[in-house]
Amino acid sequence: MTEPSVTHPYTPQQELPDHPVPVMQTRSLNVFYGGFHAVHDVDLAFGHHEITALIGPSGCGKSTVLRCLNRMNDLVPSARVEGEVLYHDQDVYAPSVDPIEVRRHIGMVFQKANPFPKSIYDNVAYGPRVTGMKVDSMDDHVERCLRGAALWDEVKDKLKESGYSLSGGQQQRLCIARAIATEPDVILMDEPCSALDPIATAAIEDLMLQLREQYTIVIVTHNMQQAARVSDRTAFFTARPDETTGNRTGLLVEFDKTSTIFENPSDQRTEDYISGRFG
Amino acid sequence: MNGANRVAVAGARRTTELRLDGSGRGGRWKGEVFRALLIFCLVIAFVTLLAVIVQASVRGMPRIDLNLITQMPSTLDRETSGMQSAIFGTIYVMVGLIVTVVPIGVSAAIFLEEFADGTKWWVRFIELNVQNLAAVPSIVFGILGLAFIVRGPLDLGTVAYAGSLTLALLVLPTVILASREAIRAVPTSLRQASLGLGATKWQTIWHHVLPSAVPGIVTGTILALSRAIGETAPLLLVGATVFVTYNPDGFFEGAYTVLPVQIFQWAVRPQEEFRILAAAGIILLLAVLLVMNSIAIWIRNKYTRDA
Ligand SMILES: Nc1ncnc2c1ncn2[C@@H]1O[C@H](COP(=O)(O)OP(=O)(O)OP(=O)(O)O)[C@@H](O)[C@H]1O
Ligand SMILES: [Mg+2]
Repeated sequence: MTEPSVTHPYTPQQELPDHPVPVMQTRSLNVFYGGFHAVHDVDLAFGHHEITALIGPSGCGKSTVLRCLNRMNDLVPSARVEGEVLYHDQDVYAPSVDPIEVRRHIGMVFQKANPFPKSIYDNVAYGPRVTGMKVDSMDDHVERCLRGAALWDEVKDKLKESGYSLSGGQQQRLCIARAIATEPDVILMDEPCSALDPIATAAIEDLMLQLREQYTIVIVTHNMQQAARVSDRTAFFTARPDETTGNRTGLLVEFDKTSTIFENPSDQRTEDYISGRFG
Repeated sequence: MNGANRVAVAGARRTTELRLDGSGRGGRWKGEVFRALLIFCLVIAFVTLLAVIVQASVRGMPRIDLNLITQMPSTLDRETSGMQSAIFGTIYVMVGLIVTVVPIGVSAAIFLEEFADGTKWWVRFIELNVQNLAAVPSIVFGILGLAFIVRGPLDLGTVAYAGSLTLALLVLPTVILASREAIRAVPTSLRQASLGLGATKWQTIWHHVLPSAVPGIVTGTILALSRAIGETAPLLLVGATVFVTYNPDGFFEGAYTVLPVQIFQWAVRPQEEFRILAAAGIILLLAVLLVMNSIAIWIRNKYTRDA
């Protein structure tokens, strides 16, 4: 694979505190799909205006953890969640909490760009409309979000055209514009660049660094350089087979500043994975 | 590599080649026979349809005229008798059928696809029964309609809407199954996108799932309706038997008849004029059917190409 032509320098936050000031936190998070124990005891903290990367081999439960943060796992009938997921000290899994409300504060961008079969404008305006968000002028709001997603210049003359008419990378940025249109606090991204070429990937990475000024971002990625380039902190997961059943349960191995994880990991498994000695 | 090994390797390669090729195993002539069989079946179906159309056209042609649709059926003016009351009756019955079966069928499909928990025994029971209902002979629905709709609890009498309801029972399973297929074909990613933005389940269904499923639902519904429009047996039981010389007064009052019943009425009479009239009626009915099916196919093709 060719190395992407990186247009942005590695920009760690200068004054990154040793421990995150958490916007979201998981405490002893365990996830089950039916009888299958997918994720075991995950404790993570996602810092205010930081980018946190979740990395690890396929099937170790990165997407599962991510989907718990805004209760998208509710859509899987067999999924069961134990432990706590805190958003500003409020457990999003508390019985009184409405998952719809959670998702209005915690937006999501999916692995495969999934614009609505509607116009570019309506794609962005959809969230504010259905959530009854008050905006002074929808036109201005749509423009602001498209600018925020670094897409405005490319689409400003064809806002009425279908979202499908865009390229894959543009579609993914449209999905990001759509996600920030509801003015969430946290944005979750599950392998947002896995279907994109290096140039589109670089554009999205630039965008993430800009978005960090306003949002707390959690990103799942298989691209180690990407995690190193954009994230402030990195969580490394792996999967451990159960002795009796052979089921592979995901667990958190190490969570630290990205620079520490990549340069000086404290766990052998992390080092093996980072240096490519382990799939 | 010793000899035995070489033979084994060659044998293995040869086997693979054969499997991929197919010609050396007699696979080809089996395929040919099967193909011929399929074409033979297709020809039978096609020839039958063609025979019906040609037969009806030749016999009914003299009476394909304006009188056919502007005149009431009459036993006195055989030469100019028409089937206006049956045309209106069919329109009434079909309109009543559409407004009944579409909301119920689509709602049931939405419930089964989006809300019902497929692991619950009662949901599976309902699903199984929907499938079974689709295979019940139409006469059974006629008897049901007579007992529960014309008489019994609903007690509507022999009015057009009683016919609509009876046919609704008949085609409801088809509409539900077609709508479920259409709804299931809507990609999950679309639902996730909407829910991920904080839309409610209803907003998601209303704004995204249903609009995407509409072409499929419409296609399935038209095909179901084209089955209903040709039904005779159940309607004979729920009151469309009378020889009516006036249009229905409404959905809930007045006698009515429908095209296939009217055709049946004429076809059993000995006079040649009425038989010609019956053939003309068949042409009319076939034309309506072909138009409906063409629309369904057109919609399907239009949306499969765009998707
Ligand atoms: N909807 C589901 N139903 C049942 N099991 C699931 C479901 N989703 C995920 N799993 C299982 O949970 C485990 C973790 O899956 P998950 O998708 O979270 O992994 P991942 O780390 O995101 O992998 P990848 O890098 O391949 O995306 C896997 O063993 C997977 O088979
Ligand atoms: Mg994943």
